[in-house]
Amino acid sequence: MLRTARAIPTLLRVGLAEAVAYRAEFLVWLLSTNMPLVMLALWTAVARDGPVGGFTQEGFAAYYLAALVVRLMTGAWVIWEMNFEIRQGTLAFRLLRPLHPLVAWAAENVAAMPVRLAVSAPVAVAALFLVGGSHVTRDPLLLALFPLTLLGAWLITYLAMAAVGTLAFWVDSATSLFDVWLGLFGVLSGYLVPLSLYPPWVEALSRWLPFRYMLAFPVELVTGRLARAEALAQLGVQWGFVAALLGVAAGMWRLGTRRFSAFGG
Amino acid sequence: MLRYLRLLGVQFRASAQVAMQYRVEFLVEGAMAFFWMAWAVVPLVVVYGHRASVAGWTFEEALVVVGVFIVMKGVLEGAVNPSLASVVEHIRKGSLDFVLLKPADAQFLVSTAKFEPWRIVDLGAGLAVVVLALARMGRPPSPGEVGAALLLGACAIWTLYSLWILVVSAAFFVVKVDNLSFLFLSIFDAARWPISVFTGAWRVVFTVVIPLALMTTFPAEALLGRLPSATLVLAVAGTVLFAVLTRAVWLRAIGRYTSASS
Repeated sequence: MLRTARAIPTLLRVGLAEAVAYRAEFLVWLLSTNMPLVMLALWTAVARDGPVGGFTQEGFAAYYLAALVVRLMTGAWVIWEMNFEIRQGTLAFRLLRPLHPLVAWAAENVAAMPVRLAVSAPVAVAALFLVGGSHVTRDPLLLALFPLTLLGAWLITYLAMAAVGTLAFWVDSATSLFDVWLGLFGVLSGYLVPLSLYPPWVEALSRWLPFRYMLAFPVELVTGRLARAEALAQLGVQWGFVAALLGVAAGMWRLGTRRFSAFGG
Repeated sequence: MLRYLRLLGVQFRASAQVAMQYRVEFLVEGAMAFFWMAWAVVPLVVVYGHRASVAGWTFEEALVVVGVFIVMKGVLEGAVNPSLASVVEHIRKGSLDFVLLKPADAQFLVSTAKFEPWRIVDLGAGLAVVVLALARMGRPPSPGEVGAALLLGACAIWTLYSLWILVVSAAFFVVKVDNLSFLFLSIFDAARWPISVFTGAWRVVFTVVIPLALMTTFPAEALLGRLPSATLVLAVAGTVLFAVLTRAVWLRAIGRYTSASS
């Protein structure tokens, strides 16, 4: 445990250096997160003659800009690396190191965050100016909780990705299974459409699934759409999902590595 | 000409034979096609649950656009993307030499190298959506309108292909372009909405710079019988011009190719 903690600063430095080294790639990656902006253009057209389900044009702008920031801050890409290393057998090198590979990958993903923050912070400030700050929560407790909800959202994203990624130990098409997960995420996390615009039963369903806590929860919290009591209750559920997914990912990793065999070298 | 048609047949047969080995994939692709079709329709249903008409489009009319979008995406991922992704790999490894040595046009060879025949499921799904939407409107398009829509569809595919060739040409200069194609796919996703949804700079970009309007909105408008004939002429002229330009860029780019192994 202590040894792992000591390795993390170095891992973070390596990850940051990588993020800076592949600047063009990084920029393209950021630009391809443009779905919230397209949906914003669409909903602005819809709300041109009056608010839709409690959202004015400004409300939509605040919602989707917050969604863009949350999405940029909670990105993870561990599944592609996991899939590649399991296929190619290079995972063997990782297993030799005295550090859990899931921790190492997490450090690589987290290390890109400062660069992501440098890009998404200007967006957040511009958003505040655009919508006049009236759509940002005034509650200091909720503002203080926002980073915690972001961390929870990232952990759910990362651990779910890792759990689906471990399926690569058994089947060939783990990444296409993950596409299904991404599709469900798009619909049920509030990424495409704010959840409150769905029929009530869809919104009720979304409360029982992890997707909502990956995006809609932080976004609704920071745009002042949640009361304090409700926000605290949802925070509990979010971290419940984190704990459950941590168990699933770690357990599946243990089962998977038992049947892993690498060829060549 | 005849020789190239025969060559196309050979290349397609090879891809089909590869695809036949993975019959389970057909089922998976089929299931996924339905999943993504539902996925494409969900935001539409939600939007039109709140409004009867958005930016001058009713639900059924917008559904025609979504149908055309599903078809185009199937063409892109089934016929255009796989071949050109493999060229990028060839350029990186230097194995493009073997393609250049063959006694046929290199652009033709690389663009027909790989098809994914199972994507035909997407074409069927997209056409079904279009037919369903037209049937709900109770207004069958006239043969002339269908002809115009098919012509525009062909222009759309040719433009998509030309854009892709430009991306591949970029690979000769900067090598790592696989995430450029990812970026393009994410932008292409905006084509599921009628172009009049977008205003200001967005609309200019999506009509002229990355002609998403040509790819889905124009064919749909032709089917609905409300496309001005001037737009049709401009679209065809623009496509031909763009194709000629792309060809010139490709010839220049391939002139710069130096094998990676030597």
